[in-house]
Amino acid sequence: MSENKQGFTVHSGTACPLDQANVDTDQIIPKQFLTSVSRAGFGKHLFHDWRYLDLEEKEPNPEFVLNKPEYQGASVLLTRENFGCGSSREHAPWALADFGFMTVIATSFADIFYGNCINNQLLPVALPSSDMDKLFAAVKQDPSTTIVVDLPNQQVRAGEQVFTFDIAEHHKTNLIKGLDAIGQTLELTPQIEAFEAKQPAWA
Amino acid sequence: MAKTLYEKVWQAHIVDQIGDDSLIYIDRHLIHEVTSPQAFAGLEEKGRKVRRPDRTFATMDHSISTRSLALDACGPQNALQLKTLADNCEKNGIQLYPVGHQKQGIVHVMGPELGLVQPGMTIVCGDSHTATHGAFGALAFGIGTSQVEHVLATQTLKQSRAKSMLINVNGELPVGITAKDIILAIIGEIGHAGATGHVIEYAGDAIRSLSMEERMTICNMSIEAGAKAGMIAPDDTTFSYLEGREFAPKGDDWDDAVAYWKTLYSDSDATFDTVVELDAQDIAPQVTWGTNPGQVIGVNAPVPGPQDFSDPIEIESAKKALAYMGLKAGERLSDVPVSHVFIGSCTNSRIEDLRAAAVIAAKGKVASNVTAMVVPGSAAVKRQAEAEGLDEIFISAGFEWRLPGCSMCLGMNDDILTAGDRCASTSNRNFEGRQGRGARTHLVSPAMAAAAAIKGHFADVREL
Repeated sequence: MSENKQGFTVHSGTACPLDQANVDTDQIIPKQFLTSVSRAGFGKHLFHDWRYLDLEEKEPNPEFVLNKPEYQGASVLLTRENFGCGSSREHAPWALADFGFMTVIATSFADIFYGNCINNQLLPVALPSSDMDKLFAAVKQDPSTTIVVDLPNQQVRAGEQVFTFDIAEHHKTNLIKGLDAIGQTLELTPQIEAFEAKQPAWA
Repeated sequence: MAKTLYEKVWQAHIVDQIGDDSLIYIDRHLIHEVTSPQAFAGLEEKGRKVRRPDRTFATMDHSISTRSLALDACGPQNALQLKTLADNCEKNGIQLYPVGHQKQGIVHVMGPELGLVQPGMTIVCGDSHTATHGAFGALAFGIGTSQVEHVLATQTLKQSRAKSMLINVNGELPVGITAKDIILAIIGEIGHAGATGHVIEYAGDAIRSLSMEERMTICNMSIEAGAKAGMIAPDDTTFSYLEGREFAPKGDDWDDAVAYWKTLYSDSDATFDTVVELDAQDIAPQVTWGTNPGQVIGVNAPVPGPQDFSDPIEIESAKKALAYMGLKAGERLSDVPVSHVFIGSCTNSRIEDLRAAAVIAAKGKVASNVTAMVVPGSAAVKRQAEAEGLDEIFISAGFEWRLPGCSMCLGMNDDILTAGDRCASTSNRNFEGRQGRGARTHLVSPAMAAAAAIKGHFADVREL
């Protein structure tokens, strides 16, 4: 089995609290940055409309949480329901990862975005809203709170608080081992060929 | 055992079982310039080939100009993306319908037009509105670029089975109510994330009576309720739409295909995880007031305020949406002037959409405070509309008549709005900044958009 990127096991870091539901991928990375033909360099445009007061990205919006001094260097993004809804653009997880986020903890995720995160070694963690309330409270009270995201044990820890999360077994394995999904499927080429051989001519 | 339509199509495509997941065969892969370049680059890096170029079809739609056929009309970055698609298709033997080609169009308009989309197929595209093709009883869903690469290399995807949701729209559709109003009313009912993790099947008399174009409008916006896909069981309407189209089966193959397609329906005793019932009679022309498609009301209803919601998340969302949209609770949309009207997008740019808009456009002139444009969904739609004289109706009423593409739905070209502009739009997303930073989008049907253009504000199309 071919190895791809470095695996994800345990990550510790500070968090940025984006206390908002239904953050869509148009907000995460607006359309004008989608004309690139590479995967790199999207981090500087992350949350462009909220993060900058001007189109040239010279004037940061001091009100936006990502710009607040106390959350600089955060590698964990806290957010709410239905994060990543809308467009399928994988540029959204590319931008989050390029900016420096290793994991996004939210009440829930949109389906396509969730899959895109998994495929980019950006760990999406879904926690019940009561747990999210506690995490938000901890980080807002003390922005230097270290959040530990432990994938093998499926835990999020913040000080004394421990939360457990669910993740599909194959997603977990792929993230931990950093496996190349295409390489894995190519090993099933005989099965794919057998399937193709059974199809009617018109299908 | 009784099966749903989704289960039948799903099971017919299982290549292998991997734990709880299935490796699913993909019959058609549609690609465009925005979400494919990094996938092709990934293949090249690893020295992998496109497994089935014959099952892969490409078009240019997102970053193209609607004023010029020149690839560099919207700047060098857009041109590079378009040329990259052309190069990748050339290198890999993939059929491409580039700008200027008579079969070019928005990927979700041109695919069905060419007969590429057939009942029972699995169809993917690096675009969330791929759900459109479920109108034919296909299982069609949007994917990210890593998955585009996976499908290019293997013609398969590893997938978990989704939950199932049945949405019955019962009764007869009232006069003046369109497919767009039905789907907006559904999203208003179940919410912007109401179908997350589900494949929706749309059924009921009101759905059954719809044309293929209308069914595509319904399925197109499944993603706006969070659904993985939306499907409608194929019937005679589906078969007669498909018969004779370029990529539809021919001769004996056609008969075999139709015999199979007729087995694609949910068994009467099949069970769904969720069932939603709506009465078509209760649906009024819809207009969104907020910044997600679930924030929608009938045109004559007052704009809601935070006090109209009980869920704290919805209260917060309503406050934020009203501030962004520059609206007040209790306001009437008929008192709200619009500055722009956009008729187009993969939701509403097919010939029937343009006919419906033209009927209203013929009744007046675009109001002096409004800039209005019509962007056909494909070169074929444009030709058909021009053969019917629809372009002349639009132009003499004061609408701009453009070249086909995604255009102002997402503004990856120069069709963008500026802060404070207010647009009645037939597209699918009213997210903050979607059509331009600070611009305000209201989603409506083509007839309602045309009505807003000539009135200069939102108006009930039934009273025009």
